[in-house]
Formats: sequence, C-alpha cells, structure tokens
Amino acid sequence: MNSLGVVMLVHTALDRVEQVARHWTASGCPVVIHVDRKVGDPDYSDFVAACADDPLILFSERHVCEWGGWGIVAASQSAAALMLERFEDVRHVYLSSGACLPLRPIADLIDYLADRPRVDFIESATTRDVSWTIGGLDLERFTLRFPFSWRKQRKLFDFHVRLQRTLGLRRTIPDGLVPHMGSQWWCLTRQTLSAILQDPKRKEYDRYFRHVWIPDESYFQTLARLYSTHIESRSLTLSKFDYQGRPHMFYDDHLQLLRRSDCFVARKVWHRAERLYQAFLTDQDSALTPAEPNPGKIDRVFSKAVERRVYGRDGLYMQSRFPRAANERSLTAFPYSVFQGFTELFEDFEPWLANATGARVHGHLFHPERAQFAGNETMINGALSDCAALRDYNPSAFLSNVIWNTRGERQCFQFGPSDTQKINEFLARDQNAQIAIISGAWAVPLFRSNLNFADIRCEAARLQQIESKQLRLLDAARAKARIHIWTMADFVESPIEPLQTILEDMGAPQPTHLTEPPTMIDLSGFGKFLQNLKNQGMHPYLMGDFPVNDVFGAQAKSFKKPYLVQ
Amino acid sequence: MRLRRKRRLLRCLRRRRDLKAVDDNTANIKPNDILLMSVVRNEKIRLPYFLEYYRKLGINHFLFVDNDSDDGTREYLSSQPDVSLWWTDASYKRSTFGLDWSNYLLRRHAHKHWVLTVDPDEFFIYPFCDTRPISALTDWLDDTGVRSFGTMLIDMYPEGVIEDAPYHEGQNPFEIAPWFDAGNYMITRNPTYGNLWIQGGARARAFFQDKPSKAPALNKIPLVKWHRRYAYVSSTHALLPRGLNQVYEEQGGEKTSGALLHAKLIDTLGDKAREELRRQQHYGASGEYKAYASQLDDKPVFWNKWSEKYINWRQLEILGLMSKGNWA
Repeated sequence: MNSLGVVMLVHTALDRVEQVARHWTASGCPVVIHVDRKVGDPDYSDFVAACADDPLILFSERHVCEWGGWGIVAASQSAAALMLERFEDVRHVYLSSGACLPLRPIADLIDYLADRPRVDFIESATTRDVSWTIGGLDLERFTLRFPFSWRKQRKLFDFHVRLQRTLGLRRTIPDGLVPHMGSQWWCLTRQTLSAILQDPKRKEYDRYFRHVWIPDESYFQTLARLYSTHIESRSLTLSKFDYQGRPHMFYDDHLQLLRRSDCFVARKVWHRAERLYQAFLTDQDSALTPAEPNPGKIDRVFSKAVERRVYGRDGLYMQSRFPRAANERSLTAFPYSVFQGFTELFEDFEPWLANATGARVHGHLFHPERAQFAGNETMINGALSDCAALRDYNPSAFLSNVIWNTRGERQCFQFGPSDTQKINEFLARDQNAQIAIISGAWAVPLFRSNLNFADIRCEAARLQQIESKQLRLLDAARAKARIHIWTMADFVESPIEPLQTILEDMGAPQPTHLTEPPTMIDLSGFGKFLQNLKNQGMHPYLMGDFPVNDVFGAQAKSFKKPYLVQ
Repeated sequence: MRLRRKRRLLRCLRRRRDLKAVDDNTANIKPNDILLMSVVRNEKIRLPYFLEYYRKLGINHFLFVDNDSDDGTREYLSSQPDVSLWWTDASYKRSTFGLDWSNYLLRRHAHKHWVLTVDPDEFFIYPFCDTRPISALTDWLDDTGVRSFGTMLIDMYPEGVIEDAPYHEGQNPFEIAPWFDAGNYMITRNPTYGNLWIQGGARARAFFQDKPSKAPALNKIPLVKWHRRYAYVSSTHALLPRGLNQVYEEQGGEKTSGALLHAKLIDTLGDKAREELRRQQHYGASGEYKAYASQLDDKPVFWNKWSEKYINWRQLEILGLMSKGNWA
C-alpha cells in the first residue's frame, strides 16, 4: 500500500488509460478511474473487465462531463471520496486525466511528496492576478450565472452575459469564500481533501459552484484556501495552453524536451504517441539527485507557438497569413530606404551610399522597363525576376517580396516620377519605409538633356504633375512611413545636413561624421533653365525658389572641394 | 452562394452516371480512416511512388477515378488492396475538369472523414510530417475545431533542361527535381469565395511574363473534414460553404498550413502537354498547356542561382512558404 493515490478522469482512448493506470499500480499506487457517462456501454464494460484483475484499480460513480461544466467537479468529488474511503494509507491524492503521462519514475514522485507531507500542490490565484481567462471573464465567473454552453451555444452564452450585465444581476458569493482560480490538475493531502468533501456547508458551496463558469478551475482552488495549512500554488502536472485556452499536445518528437523537463506528469499526450508511451512507461532509473521540475524549455517552445499564431512574422504574406492592411503592425519585414531625386543631383550617389552604409543599393526598382536590381542583376534572392509585367501585376507583393527575401540586409532603392507609381500608397502606409525626397530634382536630367525645348516643357509638366500627386499622398495624415521632403533649392543650399539625417536614420556605421559627400552635378545655368520654362508658360514650383542669376551655381561648384564637417 | 453550392451538388449527382466502379473496396473504410481522392489519366509511371508516399503518411484508403487511361493505370490500381477505383471515358472538361466526379465520390464515401484531394503529381507536406503521421494533424485539427487545411502549390524543377533528367517508375521525383522558387509569389483575396489567390513561382516566371494574370493559381485547400453538403468549386482552390476557405488569418497571426510539392516540371511534361493540347480538355481552353508546349520546344531551364534546393518542411517554414501556426 502506498501513500499516493491517483484519480483519473477519462473519456477516450481507454486502452491508453489502462496502460497508464497499470503503470501507477505497478508502483503500488491505487487508482480510481472516472469514465465519462457519455462513453457507450460495450466500451465501458469491456474496459472495466480488462482492469478487473488489478485490485488497486477502482471505478467511481459516473457523471456526464462537459467542458466548463459542473460534471468534472462532481466526477472529481466522487472519485476522490472513493479513494479516501477505500485506501486508508493514502496521504496525497493526485488528480489526472486520461491523457496524462508520468514522466519520471513513480518512486521519485512518492519520495518528493513524502518529503512534503503537509503540502497541497494546487495552482490557486485570485481573479485579479490571472491573465489566462477566456472570454474576458474573470471575477464575473463568480457573480453571473452560466446556464448555456460556451462552446455549443456561444451566441446565447454571450447574450445572457450581456443581459445580466445590463440588468445588473449579481450573485452573492457565499460567506467566507474568496474566489481563486488555477489549473484543474491538483495534488491535495488527505487532510485538505477530506475537509473539503466533508464540509457541513458543502451542499451550499456545491449549489453555488454549479452555476459558476468553469468550476473545475475554481472549486477546489477556492475551497483549498479555507483548510490547507500549506499551499504550494503550482501544479505538478506540466500542461501548456494555446491562445484559445486549449491544452497543447505532446508527440513523439517532444521526447527529449519532456525528458529534460524533470516534471512528474505531462498532459496532454497524443494517444498514438507510441514512442512517448513506450519511453516513459518502461522502468526508468531514478534520478540520482532529486531534481525540481523545470519546464522552462518547453515553456519557450509553446509560448513561441502562441506568439506565431497571434502575431506571426511581420511582412510575411502566405497561404495562412494575409493580414488586412489596418491590422498589420508593419507591411514589410525589415526597414528600407527610398530615395527620390538623389541620383539626379549627385553623380555617384549609388556607390557612395553603398559605401557609406553597407546597404544593398538598387537603382529604380519601379523603372517602367525593368526593375533595376543592384549590380545589374536580372534576378535577386528568392528568384524574384526583374520583369516589369510581373512586378506591375502586383507591386506591393513585389516590394514585400524584395524586403522579405533579403531580410537582415538593409535595402535602398531609387524612385521618381518617371517610375511606375502604383506602389506609393503602400509606401506611405508602411512604417518600415524611410522615404527621402528632393522635390523637383527630376528637372536636372531634363536640364542636361539634348531634347528640343518644347519636348522638355511637356515632359517637365508631366513629371511635375506626377510628383505633386505623390507628395499629396505622402503628406496625408495616415502616412506611417518616415518621410523627409526637401525642395531642391533648400537641399542645394546645404546638402550636408539632410544627408547626415538620412545616414543617421539608416543607422550607418559612423553617423556623426560625414567625411566625403557625393559629388554634386554642376548646376550653373539651372536657374536660367527654370526661367525659360516659366517664360514658355509652364510653372515649375516643386524645386523651390532658384535665383535666375546662378548664385547657387557658384555655390554648387564649391561643393566639389573636399571638406569636413566637425 | 447556397444556390451555387446546390448547383455544384446537383451537377455532381447528374455526372455520377459517368462513373463505372471497377474495384469498389469502400466497404473496408473504417470510421476514423483518412482518405485520399484523385482523378488520373495515364499516370502509371507516377503511381507507385505516389501510393508509397501517401501510405507512409498514413492514408488509409484511396479513391481513384481513371479517366480512360490506356497505359495500364487501371490494371495497376485495381490490383491494390487499399484502392477503390472508378472508370469513365466521359469528357474531363464537361465534368468541370473532373470536379463533378470527385465531388460525387466525396459526398458518397468521405462524409465525416478527413480526406485529401490531390493530383498524382502533388505531394502533401505539413509541419512535423517527418515525425508525426497525418492522423496527428487531423486529430489536432479536430481538437481545435478546424475543418479545412490550406496549402500552397510549389513548383519543383530540375537543375538543367527538363528532358535531361529522365524519371523512372517508383522513383522519388524530387531526386531529379529538388529545386524551387522561394520568394516570388503574389497574393490577392478572391472576394467571391473568400479564398486567397496565389500566383507566381517558376511557371509564372518562365511562361507567363507577358500575361501574369493567366499564371496558374497555387492556393489549394486539399485536406478537409468532409461533409456531404460540401463541394469543391474550382479544382481544390476553393470550396463551398465559403467558411471552409478561411484557412488564413487576417489579424496578423499565422494559421497552421502546409505545402503541396508539385512534380509537374519533369520529363513527362512534354508528352503530357502535347497530349492535353490535342484533347483540349483543360481549363481555359488548355491555355496553360498551350503555353507549355510552345515554350518547351525552346528547352527552358528553370534553375538559376537563386533557386532553393528542397531539404525538409522546416526549411519551407523558415522561408515563409508554410507555417506551424500554434501547433508545436
């Protein structure tokens, strides 16, 4: 006879239940099994017959068990009462389910409990302190009534809760009870358990808890607080829950994780996890030094799973993750920079930028003919092609693919009013986008071109229209991107400061000292060029105020000298 | 939508007369068995490995429709103990590309079963498929109240010209075609059925540069806990009722999903394309096969230095081509 008794609540996979029960009794622990009344008769009687040869296995009175209903508590009560009555040596009663699997030798658990004869292991916290509540109900679990099933009659359930809230209906909690909640898998001492079961006010408590929501997580947890002399508020059963409050399953590939956890019992184990049952139900050597349970590593695996299910990987679009734009933290996987007007104004901007930041610097990714990938490649990571038709078929997919495929490496690309413009909306909404614009710089290539002036005038008008439309879009209050816009006149006057800002934003290696700025194109005559456009009836305004007499031109020339900024 | 579903079901009931049972072992199907449904035509060379692969995953029973093969497919399949086979010589096109036949058989035999509907060149991959049988996945889906499981079709290709690596019967096709494109897929939402519409990959890149909108759809929902009221409406891309198409998360999280490795781009493609072109029985006036046949003559090479070589499901999950979701 042994000081540890096990209560098992089961409803399915009865062959596994028998296997586990015999494992307990082999170490001398008596087992009381409660089989859900929903289990049909041939199955039940076969199961009882199969266990009949073992005197340490008993079956308790059967109740119907629904998730979140009173049946589970009633089942635990009658099974525990039977255990206390029939096995007088039992000092601790361990509540487990049919999907629980002992991970360490039973003797370890018996010794562990023998060293702590007065300790009740039951997770029990006040409603204020728990974060795992489902359906947003915590204290209200105890003050409202719940006649409807949450899983099967969700609409009625919600409606009834709302109704009670609006009508202000409240139940009174019986005197002396402080609601506590916690994992339903406990291990209580005979003293505490019998005090709960033989309480003169048990009828009153039972009546009250019958209409509390999920009483199996609060009945023993609350009442144990009345009688226990020493509560250790944790469960000896390793059990992890997903974001919907359902327990995670353990499979064969968790074997090593479970071994190293040093926990006594784990749940839930998939009933066909052959290797787990085989590994843990055969005789194992007792631990040399008594180890405390240490589920840290398992915790990490499962909390990562929950995080993946709830938040997912930023910037990933796939068959099972396609966020609505409004719900997305960021539209892409990694920060990136967009430059507009810089290659027009500086002769060697792309190599200079690559050199200064170490980022991958592309040309115009949205060039009408093809995506100009860095190094003149026709394809980049992920076998993403430079084909303009494929790109323009779904520009946001194209850009998010570029960023996802190269995640970890900073991407920069050039943009301008002569590129395909469909991506602007996406850029504005993406908080990973850092956009730097020198407005009006598109005029510089025209200024240096060899076109007829009438054609230049036409083209200038077109580009100006496109860019001003783009600027209006980026200016909208809902833009989440980090946007810097300078007029060309402002920028040319003191180019160092904006360049410095950009580099700092990108987290370049030496952000404070810009030693070698890129070479600016000679702008002498540009003011006159703009004036000519004006004289022809076009009004170039995006570049800001350029004086006709080339004051800027003189200054622009001086930039060619190397200089330092302290 | 309800009408559309009803029409689908009516159609499949009407077309049931096309089907002649060759070998009906459906009486052996046990209540929790996991089934596989497939329509085949002249696929003898692929079938031995196909059956081996899916038996290993834990499929209990196969339902096949043989569309008038003349290469021994029928004889081969009817000799398998866990296969039920139907035969028809009716028009593939007029049965909505085989859909009416499979809808009928699913309705008849797959009610309340998990069933995987795949083509003979599609190989199902799901998280932990190397350590957990498919019943672990379906049990878990049952537990979490999920009725359908989404995947993406990934075109696999060899390193050189397709014809240079011949496939022989019984071989794992990914020994000769282990490469795929990792990051060039384009997704939009299809408002009609609420499913995602995924395009891209090797075929879009090589064959559909000029007309990307015609590129084949890669979204598939092959694994469903079937109910006799359900119906596939367009290959396995979408089903009705619409709720079954919600295999993706819209609030930012990732649902659990898998992949179908597509062994189409191997040396059987050329013959297939020419034959299908002759029959004119495929979707969109066989436009897809037209594109293949015309371009295959130029001996295209899909491989490039950015191609990824397939290792296992974990690689696909890291690349973002499938997800464990909260199954850990």
